[in-house]
Amino acid sequence: MSESVVDPDEVRQVADLARVDLDDDEVDQFTEQFADILSYFDALDEVPETDREEELANVMRPDETHECLSQEEALQNAPDSEDGHFKGPKVS
Amino acid sequence: MSTEYNGYVTAERIEGDDAGPLAGRTVAVKDNISTEGVPTTCGSAMLAEYAPPYDATVVERLTDAGATIPGKTNMDEFGMGTTTETSAHGPTENPAAPGHVPGGSSGGSAAVVAAGDADMALGTDTGGSIRCPAAFCGVVGIKPTYGLVSRYGLVAYANSLEQIGPIAPTVEAAAELLDVIAGPDEHDATTRDNEGAVDGLADAADGDVEGLSIGVPTELIEGADEAVVETFWDAIDDLEAQGANYHEVTLPSLEHAVEAYYVIAMSEASSNLARFDGVRYGQSGGHEGNWNESFANAREKGFGEEVKRRILLGTYALSAGYHDKYYRKAQDARAWVKQDFDEALDEADVLASPTMPVPPMEMGESLDDPLQMYLADANTTPVNLANLPAISVPAGKTDDGLPVGLQLVGPAFGEETLVRAGSALA
Repeated sequence: MSESVVDPDEVRQVADLARVDLDDDEVDQFTEQFADILSYFDALDEVPETDREEELANVMRPDETHECLSQEEALQNAPDSEDGHFKGPKVS
Repeated sequence: MSTEYNGYVTAERIEGDDAGPLAGRTVAVKDNISTEGVPTTCGSAMLAEYAPPYDATVVERLTDAGATIPGKTNMDEFGMGTTTETSAHGPTENPAAPGHVPGGSSGGSAAVVAAGDADMALGTDTGGSIRCPAAFCGVVGIKPTYGLVSRYGLVAYANSLEQIGPIAPTVEAAAELLDVIAGPDEHDATTRDNEGAVDGLADAADGDVEGLSIGVPTELIEGADEAVVETFWDAIDDLEAQGANYHEVTLPSLEHAVEAYYVIAMSEASSNLARFDGVRYGQSGGHEGNWNESFANAREKGFGEEVKRRILLGTYALSAGYHDKYYRKAQDARAWVKQDFDEALDEADVLASPTMPVPPMEMGESLDDPLQMYLADANTTPVNLANLPAISVPAGKTDDGLPVGLQLVGPAFGEETLVRAGSALA
């Protein structure tokens, strides 16, 4: 069980990968909760390797242009836009 | 339409066509289903200002069928919760059990139906989010077979698991609503042409259970609350008296369904919710620093605690070194659960269990311990892993007056059997 214990640095690293800022209280709380939850997930070790008999077929369609959102509609929910573009931080 | 139990988060009416099978009826819509020009917040501060530029396929089908949408209903943030307490709009109270949660994540939808503030409602079910609130609020909910209902316009949480489905006071009404929303859609390549499963589905609500063979998986009874189990067996006795028979079955894979479900759902969520970067829609992360800093800032401000927890755990489960240990094993468990269900359904028409192993929790009781909340999904999550249909119908009440739901699981596209069997109780 101890193999799944995470430390605060790992929580910060995962949060960084997921692009979510966390404050120190959240890091502490998640470190504790993740230990519990991941220990519980460890029970998956007991699952036997199982054949996956998926009957799946690719669904294809012709590559044709269809009606789509106008530029105005595409931008209407953007918190910030300029000259018909989404706006974000400078790329240095 | 505001309600004292906080069922609706937006009360903007969307009028339907004059004629159609749902003419004159109101169908409330869960707030993660896109409605053109009408706010669709997913219960999240991230999308507080978001109004979709298009309608979900199911919304078009509702208005084409004559239904009026009275508003959008409260929900756990992005569908992540079992109590409707993780909503940025505050919790919904259970009209059928004041002081208790309505279940989740489609808690608002079940609550407005239970209170009579909508004739019917749409919910979404990724791991029980239609069946749990239906059970807790004493109404009927159907999680359709994966691929029966289009997900186009549903804000995705875990695509491989979720379906939109009906919540209604009776099985017959739920079947009518499912009939309207089901069917293939060119905008969702996972929909299947299986109209036969639902054509005239409400006609199947004849309550005829003569000769119906019911399997009861022992894994879904053990560990359930005593009062719930008692109410469940009373309902089985009722079905038996009407001509059904039951036998116990064992499905050992079900012991691993909750962890498999959460690993898969969180992994898919970590990828799906990457779209919320605060640039195209949602809460802005500002223009300070670089793009990654702006994204991380938007997501810190916009997401609530449970959503952050699931995104982080999903990112962890998919990261190098852990993928095989968690994600791959969860996929093995998913295949195993499917096999177990298929075998059990070879020997039974339907499988029955309590929908939830516990009665509705008191409000505020379950927020501190996420793992305990996940475990409450033990009976509903296996069905999503197996892509099967299931219905929750009211089974009765505990001695304390709390609603208990009975879940029936059927074979893929076996909705008609579920409606027939369920209508013997509600």
